[in-house]
Amino acid sequence: MKTIRIGSGAGYSGDRIEPAVELAEKGDIQYLVFECLAERTIAIAQGAKLKDPTKGYDPLLADRMQAVLKLCHGKGIKIITNMGAANPAAGAAKIQEIARALGLKGLKVAAVSGDDVLAELKSGPHRIEETGEPASAMAGKLVSANAYLGAGPIVEALKAGADVVITGRVADPALFLAPQIFEFGWAMDDWDRLGKGTVVGHLLECAGQVTGGYFADPGVKDVADLARLGFPIAEVQEDGQAVITKVKGSGGAVTTATCKEQLLYEIHNPTTYFTPDVIADFSGVTFTQDGPDRVRVAGATGRARPETLKVSVGYIDCFIGEGQMSYAGPGAVARGRLALEIVRERLKLMGVKTTELRFDLIGIDSIHGEGLSNAAGMEPYEVRVRVVGRTETLKEAVRIGNEVETLYTNGPASGGGATKSAKEVVAMLSALLPRTLVTPVVDYVEA
Amino acid sequence: MKLRDIAHSRTGDKGDISNISVIAFDAKDYPLIEAYVTPERVKDLFAGVVHGQVVRYAIPSVGALNFVMQKALGGGVTRSLALDAHGKCLASALLNLDIPDRTA
Repeated sequence: MKTIRIGSGAGYSGDRIEPAVELAEKGDIQYLVFECLAERTIAIAQGAKLKDPTKGYDPLLADRMQAVLKLCHGKGIKIITNMGAANPAAGAAKIQEIARALGLKGLKVAAVSGDDVLAELKSGPHRIEETGEPASAMAGKLVSANAYLGAGPIVEALKAGADVVITGRVADPALFLAPQIFEFGWAMDDWDRLGKGTVVGHLLECAGQVTGGYFADPGVKDVADLARLGFPIAEVQEDGQAVITKVKGSGGAVTTATCKEQLLYEIHNPTTYFTPDVIADFSGVTFTQDGPDRVRVAGATGRARPETLKVSVGYIDCFIGEGQMSYAGPGAVARGRLALEIVRERLKLMGVKTTELRFDLIGIDSIHGEGLSNAAGMEPYEVRVRVVGRTETLKEAVRIGNEVETLYTNGPASGGGATKSAKEVVAMLSALLPRTLVTPVVDYVEA
Repeated sequence: MKLRDIAHSRTGDKGDISNISVIAFDAKDYPLIEAYVTPERVKDLFAGVVHGQVVRYAIPSVGALNFVMQKALGGGVTRSLALDAHGKCLASALLNLDIPDRTA
């Protein structure tokens, strides 16, 4: 039975570079996939594109391509990535430029676009899912709206002979599902196989999170050599059966436990995992250890795809201002609490306009609050005061950090290491759009 | 004993919704986890953090439960004031839950 090997070269925008090189060199893979788009990435990249029409793709695109392009071209490994962010065409042009500089003749790059539906959201009758309000009512604040495309346009690009496919917003598992559909000739309504291929994509999309990254808990769950963590490879068969593995000798581990954690990562109802290509059902998935760092996955299925596409909507929400200061040694906690009280009163006295405020003692209760932290009477050697607030203007946000900083000469004894920040917040909401309003486009450039 | 003695866990985030998996190290402990890690107990534990409903899904084929918690991330990952805006640390808090010993 025909088998292909797909490597996962990045699980988020800032991920390590060299594990992908290791996969290309030693992974015996035919596809290398980079998943680099977080929820907010496109909204931020949209700003970069507005300033410069040749930008708006992932900031690490050039670094990643410099690292693997020649190797992949030499071995015939095809690259699929969503690093196009807000501007896949500009990303494709950048890859073309790098390929030429490396002397890679005939490299064909496909750019998948059509996910940008901002104009439709601004003018159409669509509602924001979380609030039920019309999206058009917040048109002035909207900075991006991108529909999650499926595997279709990537399959089209592969059929046209693309060596590299760069997209904007595409459902993460679809980046991995596309090569399976292309290689095995699966029908776009073969829901069972698309469900199986989707679980493979879901397991691989966060790269190191299935090979022992984000898993270690010393003494309970030990993982060797995380500094050299190997990224995952899926060995997929034509019938949808798959094995998750990694390059021999790399760090980390592939066990049924690492696979289980990743299976449930960012999943809600396991019987109903919505993607643009299929509603996948993970509820019957089984994992079997087939050998060292080899786990067999079976039992996923699927049913007909949804009629709507999810849209990720970016908008200017607010400003956040923050300040921090450390206290150490005997009485650190009491001085930290005093510092928080002083800043609380100062913000009132000075009339700093906030819509939400938060006072944390890092080291005591900053993550889960006083109750869960069992914070009463806790006396660590050091604590860090953190005051953070939401404002409607940058000017007000700046004032929050300033009030923390003035603790130096006005607050409790021997506070140190003050930091402050103020930033505009681009936040995300979602909407659902009928498929008929979204038209994927594939363009090609050649080196 | 603590839940951490028999299970492992990972948190995921989508908007203002957090999901936490609870996975038995050993399949034979799954019924114990199913009996004692109820949505009510999870909601109680996170009373100061989670402000919406908690729904539990079971995936017995991998010996796991999945808790989906609404209004759990300070208004949403991308606008939360929290230091851990993603709620990534919630999994560790859940593993601190008390579970009766197997023999009890």
